[in-house]
Amino acid sequence: MKSVMSVNRRSFLKTGAAVGGGLLVGFQLPVKGQAQTAGPLTLNAFVKVGTDDTVTLEIHKSEMGQGTVTSLSQLLAEELECDWKKIRTEFPGVAPVYGAPMMGAYGSLSIRTSWQPLRQAGAAAREMLVQAAAQQWKVDKSQCRAENSTVVNTATGAKLTYGALAEAAAKLPAPANVPLKTAAQYKVIGTSPKRLDTPAKVNGSIGFGLDVRRPGMLYASLERCPVFEGKVASFDGSKAMAVPGVKKVVQISNGVAVIADNTWSAMEGRKALVIKWDEGKWANVSTPALRQEWAGLAAKPGMSMRKAGDAAGAFAGAAKKVEAVYEAPYLSHAPMEPLNATVEVRPDGCDIWVASQIQSLAQQTAAMVTGLPANKCLVHTQYLGGGFGRRGGADYVTEAVEIAKAMSPTPVKLTWSREDDLQHDTYRPASYVKFSGGLDAQGAPVSFSARVVCPPFGGNGTAVEGIQDMKYAIPNVAVEFTAPDTGTPVSYWRSVGYSQNTYFMEAFIDEMAAAAGADPVEFRRKLLAGTPRLLNVLNIAAEKSDWGKPLPAGRFRGVGVVANIGSFNAQVAEVSVTQGKVKVHRVVCAVDCGQVINPAIVEAQIQSGIVYGMSTVTKLGITLDKGRVVQKNFNNYDPIRIDEMPVVEVHIVPSRENPGGIGEASTPSIVPAVVNAVYAATKKRVRMLPIKAADLV
Amino acid sequence: MAAVKFTLNGKSQTVDAVPQMPLLWVLRDSLAMTGTKFGCGMALCGACTVHINGQPTRSCITQVSTVAGKSVTTIEGLSSDNSHPVQKAWIEADVPQCGYCQSGQIMTAAALVAKTTNPSDSDIDEAMRGNLCRCGTYQAIRQAVHLAARYQAQAKGGAR
Repeated sequence: MKSVMSVNRRSFLKTGAAVGGGLLVGFQLPVKGQAQTAGPLTLNAFVKVGTDDTVTLEIHKSEMGQGTVTSLSQLLAEELECDWKKIRTEFPGVAPVYGAPMMGAYGSLSIRTSWQPLRQAGAAAREMLVQAAAQQWKVDKSQCRAENSTVVNTATGAKLTYGALAEAAAKLPAPANVPLKTAAQYKVIGTSPKRLDTPAKVNGSIGFGLDVRRPGMLYASLERCPVFEGKVASFDGSKAMAVPGVKKVVQISNGVAVIADNTWSAMEGRKALVIKWDEGKWANVSTPALRQEWAGLAAKPGMSMRKAGDAAGAFAGAAKKVEAVYEAPYLSHAPMEPLNATVEVRPDGCDIWVASQIQSLAQQTAAMVTGLPANKCLVHTQYLGGGFGRRGGADYVTEAVEIAKAMSPTPVKLTWSREDDLQHDTYRPASYVKFSGGLDAQGAPVSFSARVVCPPFGGNGTAVEGIQDMKYAIPNVAVEFTAPDTGTPVSYWRSVGYSQNTYFMEAFIDEMAAAAGADPVEFRRKLLAGTPRLLNVLNIAAEKSDWGKPLPAGRFRGVGVVANIGSFNAQVAEVSVTQGKVKVHRVVCAVDCGQVINPAIVEAQIQSGIVYGMSTVTKLGITLDKGRVVQKNFNNYDPIRIDEMPVVEVHIVPSRENPGGIGEASTPSIVPAVVNAVYAATKKRVRMLPIKAADLV
Repeated sequence: MAAVKFTLNGKSQTVDAVPQMPLLWVLRDSLAMTGTKFGCGMALCGACTVHINGQPTRSCITQVSTVAGKSVTTIEGLSSDNSHPVQKAWIEADVPQCGYCQSGQIMTAAALVAKTTNPSDSDIDEAMRGNLCRCGTYQAIRQAVHLAARYQAQAKGGAR
């Protein structure tokens, strides 16, 4: 791919010339156990400056609406001093330099992990272009300044475009230690240029996973066992084969697939399958039985996750005692684009076109299923029609690769239906928490205990985050955790454990405030001195929402705060409750996410997270009956619609701290803000979600 | 299989399809017009919205045989250069996040501003509540529909 290569070993910066001309800038990441000098170096570029003046940025994350394509481009443009209109973006294949074996977009990490390297790449490219111009003019580079995709000779006013300099720049050695701008010098960071992906998203041309078409491609629909972990005992595909357009019926590890010459025929053929299932050991699971079982588990001590002082002793001696049990249901992610993957398996390799949040995992999955080396399994990342954590899994990729392997070498697109999506998700876990809190005679909290029963994943921390790391200064704390045995698949859901635990924690703190006879904001303020950035957003949200001042008749306020993903978020919700029906009128949100790259994207993500969280307060819940998910489509899993959208006001704290995350910042605290406002309106505590109108009447 | 003839984005189109096949899949799989999206298959989310004789219609439950002789407009047919008032407003307000539902949102909004000159927030909510957005772009959609209505009025004014 290149003729010249230069490596700066201190920063692992790599530069070189692109085939067809142009300057490439990338990084060589240190790999554990490998000498840095071993083997030939291959340049995995982040940036290409073309001889035609275009700047191509490899977006080594995923774009699922969180604005990555635009905000990563801003990081580059800030240091590269390039014309914003000259930027093109593309999604690269999987490579260690892009974060493999965990390449992707998850954990609200995209900005945090790109903040340094993309600015460094931009600065290095700029420095080389300036050096190339200085050589051409035979002047010192201090006499040259980069601006708007040109280098200017400050003495003569002469200009050279980046395109004209790219070839010469590519032959220069990689620069060492190029200083990055200080915050006061930012011109692009902290501004809101229009999103780069918007034009193609208003005319249908952007290209989501589901829009992939390959020559000769067939379409698949998969019937899975309605009970988790169930298997095919036997099946008869003859009626399915009689459906017009159906080409083949194949059994894979997770069910029976119907392959046809269009999606609808595959779905119709699937309806005609006759399958006998071995439903396995979860065939009798039901939500009421699970709740009862988990209540039993919560009655017994669990694994200690945090212990300070003597919570039980302090509770026993407390002047006032508060005890409560909180519950949250399983939740589905339900991104608007149903899951899908298009796969072509050949003897010598495999191509996977997929909208994935973790491209590495898609590659590893394909290698495992096909037996091919991972580097022969090429992942072609598409735009994601929503992710929310769901596309961090690869279950749908496994299915698609198995089907394509059976149909090799024909490419096959597997499309999930909405019913498949809701009934075979990897769910936000349900959770059951038993709280006790003690206050002294003056109303100051002296004891806090939580016993969490929740199916964990990726470590026990996901079950307790938001409670274990709560920021309130209470001297005696005990957090315990028990993992129930359940066959229901669980995984990351926007804001993960904070999604349910912030609801639990912040609603229970409100109960303690009420027991202390204190104002909910005042009570929190006194306990948050140790986390000044959280205290600050609480104060801003309170001030901007006119907390404590009168509201129109029938309106009530509630508050919730959270510190997650390196950011701090406080919200005040204004609600009314009419015959048990909750309406959220206004939400005031204060957020401190460190240095902001693009304020408009931050605001959009805050609104987005609020809608995502709010849907779970009054509307969404996944329940089980006879081992089957009850909810089937948007008729009984019906998220917030436009007529339920409150006015959302976002206040961003100006900050020069390193960037925090934003995609998952506002989902947690909207939930307690609303339920605490519902308490203010009805004097009824909402200890189980979603709220049922009958419970508030 | 039967031949169905209709007008698609202003041009005559004939497709050979099972008569019951939903228009959505004819558009996406048979005609390679993937701008129209599949979201639920039950007319619950609005992602598949197209215009049939100017009316916003859920193509996922519309059998292709029923559009014979009618005029179908998809997102691809709204304009070739993002110049439709609703597209311009969507760009100005930077509405899309993931963008998957936006073809349907835009088609519904286009039908609204075509018949309602100055829609109120409640007109917008009423017209748009059938279109789900999981990214929560609703506040931006409200703003953009108001803007689109102004652009539409300006376009009409200019033609007078």
